[in-house]
Parts: sequence; structure tokens; C-alpha cells
Amino acid sequence: MSEKLVIIGNGMAPGRMLEHLLEAAPDRYSVTIFNAEPRVNYDRIMLSPVLSGEKAFEEIVIHGDGWYIKHGITLYKGHRIVAINRDAKTVTSDRGVTESYDRLVIATGSVPFIIPVPGKELPGVLTYRDLDDVNAMLLAAQSRAKAVVIGGGLLGLEAAAGLKEQGMDVTVLHVMPTLMERQLDPAAGYLLQKAVEARGIKVMTKANTKAIVGNGKVEGVELMDGTIIPATLVVMAVGIRPSTALAKDAGLEVNRGIVVDDRMRTSDPAVMALGECAEVGGHVYGLVAPLYEMARVAAAGLADGEDRRFVHSDTPTKLKVTGIDLYSLGDFADGEDREEIILRDASAGIYKRVVLQDNRIIGTVLFGETGDGAWFNDLKKKATDISEMRDTLIFGQAFQGGVSSDPLAAVAALADDAEICGCNGVCKGKITGAITGKGLTGLDDVRAHTKASASCGSCTGLVEQLLKLTLGEAYNPAAVQPMCGCTSLGHDDVRRLIKAKSLKTIPAVMQELEWKTSCGCAKCRPALNYYLVCDWPDQYADDYQSRFINERVHANIQKDGTYSVVPRMWGGVTSADELRAIADVVDKFEIPMVKVTGGQRIDMLGIRKEDLPAVWADLGKAGFVSGHAYAKGLRTVKTCVGTDWCRFGTQDSTGLGIRIEKFMWGSWTPAKVKMAVSGCPRNCAEATCKDVGVVCVDSGYEIHFAGAAGLDIKGTEVLGLVKTEDEALEVIVALVQMYREQARYLERIYKWAKRIGTAEIKKQILDDAEKRKVYYQRFVFSQKFAQVDPWSERVSGKDKHEFRPMASVGFAEAAE
Amino acid sequence: MNWIAIGCIADIPPRGARCVATPQGKIAVFRTADDQIFAIDDHCPHKGGPLSQGIVHGAAVTCPLHNWVISLETGKALGADEGSVRTIPVRVEGERLFIALEALASKAA
Repeated sequence: MSEKLVIIGNGMAPGRMLEHLLEAAPDRYSVTIFNAEPRVNYDRIMLSPVLSGEKAFEEIVIHGDGWYIKHGITLYKGHRIVAINRDAKTVTSDRGVTESYDRLVIATGSVPFIIPVPGKELPGVLTYRDLDDVNAMLLAAQSRAKAVVIGGGLLGLEAAAGLKEQGMDVTVLHVMPTLMERQLDPAAGYLLQKAVEARGIKVMTKANTKAIVGNGKVEGVELMDGTIIPATLVVMAVGIRPSTALAKDAGLEVNRGIVVDDRMRTSDPAVMALGECAEVGGHVYGLVAPLYEMARVAAAGLADGEDRRFVHSDTPTKLKVTGIDLYSLGDFADGEDREEIILRDASAGIYKRVVLQDNRIIGTVLFGETGDGAWFNDLKKKATDISEMRDTLIFGQAFQGGVSSDPLAAVAALADDAEICGCNGVCKGKITGAITGKGLTGLDDVRAHTKASASCGSCTGLVEQLLKLTLGEAYNPAAVQPMCGCTSLGHDDVRRLIKAKSLKTIPAVMQELEWKTSCGCAKCRPALNYYLVCDWPDQYADDYQSRFINERVHANIQKDGTYSVVPRMWGGVTSADELRAIADVVDKFEIPMVKVTGGQRIDMLGIRKEDLPAVWADLGKAGFVSGHAYAKGLRTVKTCVGTDWCRFGTQDSTGLGIRIEKFMWGSWTPAKVKMAVSGCPRNCAEATCKDVGVVCVDSGYEIHFAGAAGLDIKGTEVLGLVKTEDEALEVIVALVQMYREQARYLERIYKWAKRIGTAEIKKQILDDAEKRKVYYQRFVFSQKFAQVDPWSERVSGKDKHEFRPMASVGFAEAAE
Repeated sequence: MNWIAIGCIADIPPRGARCVATPQGKIAVFRTADDQIFAIDDHCPHKGGPLSQGIVHGAAVTCPLHNWVISLETGKALGADEGSVRTIPVRVEGERLFIALEALASKAA
């Protein structure tokens, strides 16, 4: 029988420990985790991008629910352990669950320090620690009011930047004379303050908080000198303290943290501690790299594997505020026996300082340009004697030994044991080894196999350069493929930033995202126009000049410059009156070709552009509307005849098809969307090769998606079975809305689904009713603005310039 | 030079084009984002696509048929493609637009 391992806490350190443990001794323990937070293990370092809107929570999850199930781990979410009984070897949660253990790991992390001033308990005073804090801040930020962040350290500045991004008026109060004084010298602190202020954040240093004032809720912060700064939100980010109460109550040795030896063992041999709550060799830690090292050590101990000991090392500090680059490492205080080398470039806002002792680097501060951080770190770690390169040391690696300033060459010149990813302690050799050994081809592969660049992501550039170096031409960084030549950003980044920065016009996008051309090109403009239509349905004014001609004139251009017109035939059903009207139009306008399409409708080809409004007017009189056969939008819903006629039909497939089409017509999508509903598994409507398909069965409606029958041929994936027509409609609409919000322009559903993963789509659309409803409602909202028949609009005169020449000149009659 | 009035700037949407019909085919008159006016034959040098229907960006237009990019200033295809289309002189007087159609006029006569 396997031993019982109980873990208190489900943060990044125990999560990493389990990964190592499952690798070394997969079956040794049956594992139970108690997590006070009601969720899975996520990347806490990335909370700042979530606050600023650059990432979604889903993107920072480290272990999804599936991971726990796959490894047979029991996870109690939202259970806070209130007691450890070391004699009985049990733990008990606040919800009354008691679990016995053979080995116990305490990973309770830390709690934010609350400065003991009057008013600290007022509603509107928050800390910055977990997702709940972030959500509370996001909620508060909706008011666009004033916020005060107390604390000008790493966390405080990231919180301030995030709140500013969310539109708040932010003031940072810092008790010391310069920001981040523990990581930066005063010169760099000054540059940082300037950079922070340049983003519109006010900074007050030497600001001592006396009280938080307000009647029933926060109204402001009062300083020692009597100044009152108005605020409706106060974020305390003045530091953390290890969470040790539980261990203390259990009688374990506790100092600042829970005291452990260099194998993470507490004073009780059956109990280990790791993470921010642990104290090793007199140090407690808050950065991820040493915590991950603790995880490695603890896992080795639990697995009885290698004899691994924890050794203290300095960890570089980086600020995760987009656009501010700083790097600090080691000891940079002045001293008698110390020398320093400094480089300043005021116009470029660059400051670099290397502190030396006995010709060896002991500390580094870089601001504005941090590319050489890893190299300095490497020299420091190896205690390299730098006297040979002293004169050029500060210029960085590229200037040593004639190496060119090409960044690729600089990475090539790094030694195999040079650290690339500080968070996860991954060196260059491990990454290049994995790339060649395991045939990795992309960034995501490297993250999955080595963990490099998988935490804070600041070494992503280095990892990409290693991929390029190792794979040469074979490396195709698809993930960072720019949208077009006008920008270096990819589609995903652009979509994310449109939302994060509330960009609502094409010029705003181009300005804020630093487009390289004055007005874009034929690739990016239609994409941007779509993203804005999708994201701001009620606010964005569609830019027709950024639409491809077919969507501008609502017909399909043909090779001779004429157009084809396809009216909607709901579900492929028509009537004598409709057919008669089409016949009349064909005669009247001498339309040379009439053809039945693959989507069960009728196409009239060879119509002169000038005739389009008149053709639509006649079709409109018979009740026809545009079939959007030209659109990146909903095309057709193909149906079979279902229970009304077919002896095999199980449901009213025609009726459902018409219902879907009437609900969804007019919506713009990243690429065309074709649907079908088949009344039984014989599937006469060919629903299993469509973007979205329904196959009716006796017990309900099987929803299919991500099929293709064009450039690629691909059968659909099954999303799931629902019982009623209403449910089928809701699922389909939510699925299409998720696709509308996430896909890249011109990316069909099957390609998007392959990229996102079918499991993720199922999770959000089928399993999470809440989420499904939200997607559904957003679609319904956007339809209010989208369901306008473009043909009748143009019959009434809209865009009439499109259909008429500006002038006729040079003809005999005109000349007279 | 024989200048023929064809209308005024406001007739053409910014980053758009309108056509002028002539006995020898259509001429596409473009208005850029910064209100420069250009006129070229409405006939892509590649497969004859109607350039007036393309997306206008900078001083260039992308043909709607096969995405050739044509310079409005020179009429030449940009990028890797080779070919060119006739440019027609344009004069702007206040709001009013004129094109020079001597060649056309003489041929039509």
C-alpha cells in the first residue's frame, strides 16, 4: 500500500515539488492537497499581467483540474487546514475534513503585511496576493476613480501599473527616498521613478502613512505631515510575512519562517515545509527561483532519491511592467574594498552598474537595457576574474573577444551552463539538449519539456534565440508571426491589447501599438476592423474602407469585375414565389448564369456593379435578404428534411436549421462559418464536415464542430450531446462567440480549435454553464447591431457612391 | 493640357476610390488618407482586376482579385510583382478635381 502524503497549500512551490516527485517516484504516495484558495495551482508571478488585462486567468493556470485527476491526486479546494495533530498524524480542515498522513508537507506561503494604521480594515483596502485580490481590484477599477498604492517595491509598482492600465488615477506612496531600494541603487531608483511617472502614475517618496480615512469606506490616505490623498481604493503592498501560525500551533520550530534544514525537514521528521513559509539557513524567500529549488530538494527527499541540499544563491529581480526594463542582482552597496563600473546614457534612459570585489562581480543593476543580465549573472556565479575585460565589461558580452553585436551571436557565445531561465534554473545546455534530443520545434515545446520561459517569461527572447541557433532555418516561430509587415505583433497580441487598452478605432490601434505604416495595408486593416467590430459591437463604427470589396458591396466579385448575388434561403427551403422572383430578376437584368450552390441556395452570376442595388430591390420585394455568401460571417445552415418528411428522421432538423440561421445571420466572424443540421445519423446534410454541425439522434442533438471540406478535409469533433433544441442553440451560439473572440482573422474554426485544444473548448462551452451563458449573452448583444440587412440598406441609398461612376467623360455626347 | 472636371474631393471616400467612365474604359480616381488624389487606369496589370475596388493604404492600392499592390504615384506594381498601369495627371483646384485626357480626347475624336 502506498504511503499517504498530505500537502497543505497548493501554490507554485508544492505544485513543482509534485511534478518532480511524480517523475522520480510516481506510485510511491497517494497524495492529498488542501488548498485554502478555491482553485487549482496557477502562476502567481503572472497576476500582474492579469491585473493589467494582458492575460486571462486561464492562461496562467499551471495545473488544470485534469492534471490532478490524471495523477490520482485528491484536491480539496477552498479548505483551510485549521489544525495539525502530530501525534495522531492527522490534519483537519475548516470544513471538517480530517485526513491522516505518513508524510506532511506544509506550504502555506505568506500573508501580506498590513501596516497597523487606523482605518486599515475599511472596505476598499486591499492587498495584492492572489486572484481574489486581483478580481477585487479589477472590480474597483471599473469606477475609473482614484487609487493609492502603499509600497513602492516590486509588487506595489506592478499593482500600480495594472490599475493605471485599467484606467484608474494612481498614486504610489513609498516610505523610503527611492523606489525599490532593496533591489536598486538610488540612481536606478530615480530612473525607475521617472519611467513610472511617465506612465501617468504619481509617485510620492518619503511618504509615511498615518491613517486610512473614510466613513464606512475608504475615502483617502492621510500622511504623517497631514496631507490627505483622496482615494476610493487603497492597495497595501508593503511586503509579505511567512504564514507560520499553523506550524507554530502544532509545536514546530518557527523563527521568521518555519525552520527547516537544507533538506526542507522541520523539527518533526515526518513534516517538511517549503515555499515562502519556510526559513532555510536564516533566509526566507519570496522569488520563485529559490522556491523551485526548494521544491526540487523536497521532492528528492520524499522520493529517497539523490541527496540534494538547498544552497543559498542570489536571485535576479525583474519588474514585470511592460515597457520598463530593469534587472538587479546581488550586492551593490558601496564599500571600501569595492569598485564599480558605471555606464549612463541619459538620452536613452540607460543606466548600468557593476559592483566588483577582487576583480569579481558581486552585484549588478541594469536599467533600460537588460540584455546582458544573464551574462553578468553567469560571471558572478562562477566568480570569473574579469580583469582582462575590465575596460569593456560594462558594454556587455557583445563587446568581449570580438564577438559581434548580433544578439544571436551573444547567445551563441554563452557557455552551456549559463543560466537562461532564472525562475526555473534552466541552463543553456539543457535547452539546446532538449531541442535536439527531443526534436522540439517551438517555444511551447521548450516550455513543456524544460520549463524554461514558463514562469515569468522574461527569458522568452533568449529561448527563441536558442531555438533559432539550434534549428537554424527550420525554426519557424509561428507563435510570434507578425500580423503583416506593418507591425511586429502577432494577431493574438493585437487582440489582447485591443481589449486591455480599450482601443476602439483603427487609428488608435495603430498609434498605441506603434504601427510601422501610416495607414496599414490590405492584410492588417480588414483584420483590425473585424477585431474592433467583434470587441466593441455597440461602440465601433465599421470602417468600410478597411473591408474587402465583397464585404463593402455585399456581393462576390468575379474574375471579370462583375458580381454574383446569393439571397438567403433559410435552411435551404424555398417556394414558388421566391423562385418566380428570382426568375424575373434573371430575365430583367439579363443575368448570364444561375447556379445552385453547395449550401442549398441559388447564385446569380455576372451582375454589373451598377445593377446591384436594383437587383436587390427586386429581390427584397419578394422577401429576400442578403445571404452573406461574400462574408467572413455566417453563411448557410444546410439541412435535411427531418421528421416532417423523412421516415428515418429523429428530430425537426429543417426547423432547427432555420432557427439557427435566423438567430445567427448577420454576425461577422474571423472566417466564414458554414453549418448544417442532419435529422439522423445517416447525415444527409453532411454536418460532419462543417464548421459547426448538428446530428440529431433519438435522445437529442449531437453538436459537432471543427470540420473542414475545402483546402483541408477533416471530419468534425464531437462537442457533446444535448437534450433540447434550446440547449443546442445556446451551445452553438456560445461556441461561435468564443471563436469570434479568440480566433485570428481568416482562421477557420478547425484551425482555431486545433490551436486552443478541443478539451479547452469543451470545458468552457459544455462543462461551464456560467461561461456558456456569458458567451451566449455577448453574442446576443452584438447581434443587436449586426442584424441589419445590408441589401435593403443599400436599396435605400446607403453607400450609393459605390455603385455609380463619379463621372462619364470623353464620350461623343458628353463632348458636345 | 486638356483638363476635364470630374467632380470634387468629397465625392470620393478617404482611403477609397471612384470610377470615371471613358470610351476607353474606366479610370480609377483615388483619395488617400491624407487627401492626395491619384488617377490610374482601373485595370490591374496582372489579370485586369478593377483596382478601384481594392483597399487603399498609404499611396498604394491592393487589387481585389489577386492582391497585387500597385503604387498610385507611379502605377508600378510593388514588391516582387512586375508590371505597371497608366497614370493620369490630376489637378486639384480647391475642392474641384480635374484629369488630363488629351490622349483620350484625341483618340475619341
